[in-house]
Amino acid sequence: MRAIKRRSIVLATTSATAFALILTGCSAPSGSGDIPAGCEAYADYQGNSGTEVEIYTTVVSPEAELFQESFTEFEDCTGITINWNGSKEFEAQLPVRVEGGTAPDLAVFPQPGLLAAMAATGKLLPASDAVAASVEANYSPDWKNYGTVDGTFYASPLGANVKSFVWYSPKTFKDNGWDIPTTWDELLALSDKIATTSDVQPWCAGFESGDATGWVGTDWMEDIVLRFGGAEVYDKWVSHEIPFNDPAIVEAIGKAGQILKNPEYVGDVPSIATTSFQTGGAGIVDGSCAMHRQASFIGGILVADQGATIVTPDDTTTEGGITTFYFPGATADDKPALGGGEFIGAFADRPEVQAVQLYLTTPEWNNKKAALGGWFSANLGLDTANVADPVNANAVEILKNATTFRFDGSDLMPAAVGAGSFWKEMTAWVAEDKSDKAVLDAIEASWPK
Amino acid sequence: MTAIEEIAPVNLTPARTKSKGMRLTSRKQNNIFGSPIASFFAIVIALVWTIPTFGLFISSIRTPADINNTGWWTFFTNPSFTLENYNTVLFEGSSVTPPLSLYFLNSFAITIPATVFPVVIATFAAYALAWFDFKGRDLLFYTIFAMQVIPLQLALIPLLQLFANGLKIGDATLLPPLGITGTYIPIWIAHTMFAMPIAIFLLHNFLSQIPRELMEAARVDGADAFKTFRMVVLPLSIPAIASFAIFQFLWVWNDLLVGLTFGGGKREIAPLMVRLAELTGTRGGDWELLTAGAFVSIIVPVAVFFALQRYFVRGLLAGSVKG
Repeated sequence: MRAIKRRSIVLATTSATAFALILTGCSAPSGSGDIPAGCEAYADYQGNSGTEVEIYTTVVSPEAELFQESFTEFEDCTGITINWNGSKEFEAQLPVRVEGGTAPDLAVFPQPGLLAAMAATGKLLPASDAVAASVEANYSPDWKNYGTVDGTFYASPLGANVKSFVWYSPKTFKDNGWDIPTTWDELLALSDKIATTSDVQPWCAGFESGDATGWVGTDWMEDIVLRFGGAEVYDKWVSHEIPFNDPAIVEAIGKAGQILKNPEYVGDVPSIATTSFQTGGAGIVDGSCAMHRQASFIGGILVADQGATIVTPDDTTTEGGITTFYFPGATADDKPALGGGEFIGAFADRPEVQAVQLYLTTPEWNNKKAALGGWFSANLGLDTANVADPVNANAVEILKNATTFRFDGSDLMPAAVGAGSFWKEMTAWVAEDKSDKAVLDAIEASWPK
Repeated sequence: MTAIEEIAPVNLTPARTKSKGMRLTSRKQNNIFGSPIASFFAIVIALVWTIPTFGLFISSIRTPADINNTGWWTFFTNPSFTLENYNTVLFEGSSVTPPLSLYFLNSFAITIPATVFPVVIATFAAYALAWFDFKGRDLLFYTIFAMQVIPLQLALIPLLQLFANGLKIGDATLLPPLGITGTYIPIWIAHTMFAMPIAIFLLHNFLSQIPRELMEAARVDGADAFKTFRMVVLPLSIPAIASFAIFQFLWVWNDLLVGLTFGGGKREIAPLMVRLAELTGTRGGDWELLTAGAFVSIIVPVAVFFALQRYFVRGLLAGSVKG
């Protein structure tokens, strides 16, 4: 086993050496037996036939089927059965299962906060050397960093999403002669133009999301803080080195309010709080509103629920075609990326568990999964050609080229704020017309001492 | 199950006339519901109460697009009808997410034992606590009843640890790891334990109302404690047992928390409710499936309720009036 592990460290770095090593792996008599034909790429994970690995996750049907499908070849070649166990109660059940002694083999953390909590229990195991090496080779350091708690690397990145998008319909823009704004001032100028010269509502938004109502508002705040405060202020804000009602944050909520609390732009402001995030963007599909700031994943929902088609920005003829432009910052050159992602960590150190975790960090699996659609990751080896959806392909480019990548801030803040007062206060901000200052003061007061 | 099957055919008339407290209550009931005004209000309340369920039902036979865009009441002006939601919920699925219909078996495998065990144990316990004279009887009874205040959420993790890791104090192993995680057994045990205080309390209060003369007559006729239980106590306590069985059945059938936690996240043994909770998809967008799923999942509770309904009203009062 040690031999296999050492080999995989090298393997992850370049495919050329990998190929050479696979060849030696095949000829070596001490190898893990005969590798079935067509399975040469899986030489590294052999020797675990007949074992099972459970992956516990929030991802359920229909996305779960795509994950299972992406594992088929791996399962056939290695004899490892991967049980994709999705539960929407993941976040509540994982601590119970871990404390109760029935921890899953691998868990997919939707946000780093829970990862840190699980690492603190001591039951989450540090990633194997092979996994760490593979992540170093295949991801930017920011991503490895988010899977690290107190200097120990636990969880490897899985999927990703990018938040810094404004969704729009190229056809609507073309028909009305609107141009894509590249700076914040242009964005406001365009909004004014739409409001005064057309029947179309410039913006639409929806904050409602059940227990998590308000998270859309936190995304707005994060994007704007990252643009106007910069990465340094953003990091200090998230880690509470500056107070939540710092002047930089006051400026950000003011800028968000220029759009979200302007009835000229969004129509009835309080109704934002009761419009679900899934239907918030419906207006850009039927042409009743022009722009909708939302993460990359909303595309799939608009396609399924509203009959939209995701197109490239050049396609100005498709009815119901939607795409994105980059949510602009102060200048056109300033392009930080705000995003989120999942991380997969292990509670068991059996060789098959490590093999699965390693496999999920490889460009091979990431390309295979992306090709099935509706998904992308920050893996540097992910070929944009494999990402069919033009918005996701664009997101992959943004992730690869971003000068600065920052993780969704509310996911990094303590749960009492990031999954509590921040959501609630942003909701009150639109629903009750609570003032900027009152909102920020209330969140500051709720930060755990 | 045997206990209930055996006793079900027994004629119930004695029970109705036996308890003075109960007879009084039912007469009062007749007076209240005899008045036309009261009937009117009862009907209005029933209608108002049913409207959300009715709306859910209408939604379940509409297309996803209609559900998302218009309220269910527009169904009457603009009817559209589809069974697609039911079809998707019941029969469509994959190896990762099997269709809902396959989960019925799991739910029965959990619910039936988890109803029978507490009923049997609690009936014996209640009989002993009500009619056997032994030292510390009241203390024991009140202790059991006091357990009622412990929320079951508090016991989840310790119980799970017990099942998974066994019990050790210091170096002494009191109980080795049982190796039963991932089977139905922890779910049965958990449900049985959590049901016990209220079951014993209800049945104890009911059984203690049986007239002493009856018990003495049985003893004079030469019946021992067990025979008295079988021939006198059991037939008389059918309403109480049945009503508790209904409660327990509905509670276990509708339970998500215990099934989810003690099932260890295993799909093979997960009850219907666990699957139902996941129907809406990762981001909660497919909630039209939930409307159909809800109606599919209530088929069994509704059937059970109607089958045992005649015991229900009488049973509801079981133990509530101490005579």
